[in-house]
Amino acid sequence: MEQFVQQVASGLANGAIYACVALALVMIYVSTDHINFAQGEMAMFSTYLSWQLMTWGMSFWFAFIVAVALSFVMGVLIERLILRPLHNAPVLSIIVVFIGLLAIFNSMAGAFWSYLIKEFPSPFPKSSFGIAGVIGAHQLGVVLVTLIVLGMLFVFFRYTPLGLAMRAAAQNPQMARLVGVRVDWMLALGWGLAASIGAVAGIMVAHIVYLDPNMMGGILLYAFASALVGGISNPAGAVAGGFIVGVLENMVAYAGNQIEKATGVYIIGNGEKLTVALIIVITVLTLKPAGLFGRVVVKRV
Amino acid sequence: MAALLEVKGLKAFYGQTQSLYDVGFEIPEGGITTLLGANGAGKTTTLRAICNMVRTDGAIRFDGKDIAGQATEEIVRLRIAHVPEGRGTFTTLTVDENLRIAAYTRKDKQGVKDELERVFGYFPRLKERIQQQAGTLSGGEQQMLAIARALMLKPRLMLLDEPSFGLAPLIVVEIFRILRRINEDEKVSILLVEQNAALALDLATHAYVLETGRVVMSGPSAVIKDDENVRKSYLGY
Repeated sequence: MEQFVQQVASGLANGAIYACVALALVMIYVSTDHINFAQGEMAMFSTYLSWQLMTWGMSFWFAFIVAVALSFVMGVLIERLILRPLHNAPVLSIIVVFIGLLAIFNSMAGAFWSYLIKEFPSPFPKSSFGIAGVIGAHQLGVVLVTLIVLGMLFVFFRYTPLGLAMRAAAQNPQMARLVGVRVDWMLALGWGLAASIGAVAGIMVAHIVYLDPNMMGGILLYAFASALVGGISNPAGAVAGGFIVGVLENMVAYAGNQIEKATGVYIIGNGEKLTVALIIVITVLTLKPAGLFGRVVVKRV
Repeated sequence: MAALLEVKGLKAFYGQTQSLYDVGFEIPEGGITTLLGANGAGKTTTLRAICNMVRTDGAIRFDGKDIAGQATEEIVRLRIAHVPEGRGTFTTLTVDENLRIAAYTRKDKQGVKDELERVFGYFPRLKERIQQQAGTLSGGEQQMLAIARALMLKPRLMLLDEPSFGLAPLIVVEIFRILRRINEDEKVSILLVEQNAALALDLATHAYVLETGRVVMSGPSAVIKDDENVRKSYLGY
């Protein structure tokens, strides 16, 4: 039983990370209809920035805030300088640009900081944080930080005029212009926010997966899965999807362990987590193509 | 009276296709002017050209200043409210959010509050639906929402694209009555594009008739209305 609870708890912690990255993907998707394949590598780069700041002597949280702010600027600049000129380009060109960005961030990180795997600190004190036998200090911290960030985003989008303008611009850009919203800047802001959320996810997960230029590869895959399960055009759904996928993958491994213990036959374990999670995702999408919380969009022809 | 909006030699293009050739008209401050014409005459395009939503060439002067070529959102900020074809509802936002987004460019919080009350005075039905998702409103209610949203900008000029489109006759009459009140009480000048010429000529003081991207006829509504030839050849009733 205790193991079960621990598995759920660590699933929630992983899920929190997936939720953040999934939310970043969805934010860009709803306003541009594009999936940013470089989202994970941007988050990885942000994590390296925070690591660099820490080695220069900054405290964890100070480095965290500065790195998140720098990521925001980076996101805005990428949109303004690289994607804005391409706003009428065919989808395929934009996908190529995203993949290019992915490769560029990956190799830049490798060039600046080497491909050697680095340890990354946790800011949550082991002694006073976490609940013994249920959830570890870092896992609890990750969940809390994520919930705070998600809460702030919710308040921003739901209750501030700028948040409203961003939602309006995403939903109906032409009409948004007709009420005076500067839609182009809203897109750039969206990119900035997405990059910041990614940075939070990267910095939080680095203690678990260690810091290296390929750290976000698998996580991006899980985040896609989360966004799809939740409904790719639904931010709240993406967050829920993140937690669902996180818990699900641990449950799969847990069930595999239990079966092995009981029967001695190895069917699935940690190694197959990703495969099984993706199979479940495909199943969900086959049965419910719009995702669990997505709306079916009917287009008039 | 000085013209609030002055359009001269307006051309518009969709890609390679030219859809306006030399359109010119003037809208007096405080008046209601209508653009009439058959399908494809260029009425909607003219409105879109004023807000720079299509590729345009020609002179557009608003309140004496040249606005041709400015970005749509900057033109709107001069308080030109465009109620587009199809109403432009933000379907996933609530009625309240649809209205507040239109006041996004305004800095005077109290003014926005008063505006909201005034708008609900015209459209009490929207107040009942304030927390409802706008996409779930009926067609008539969405048209009311579109006009209400335009009012939230505190416009000097309102561009209305076929407000009667797809609505039941009773609702159309109601909306046109409200438009007249808005024009009188708020001193908003109106440029109305309508398929329903009889209705538009009753409301407007001046009319321009478009045919294949050119102004072919203009004058006071009463004159246009009584001209048998114009009616038969261009307005079809």
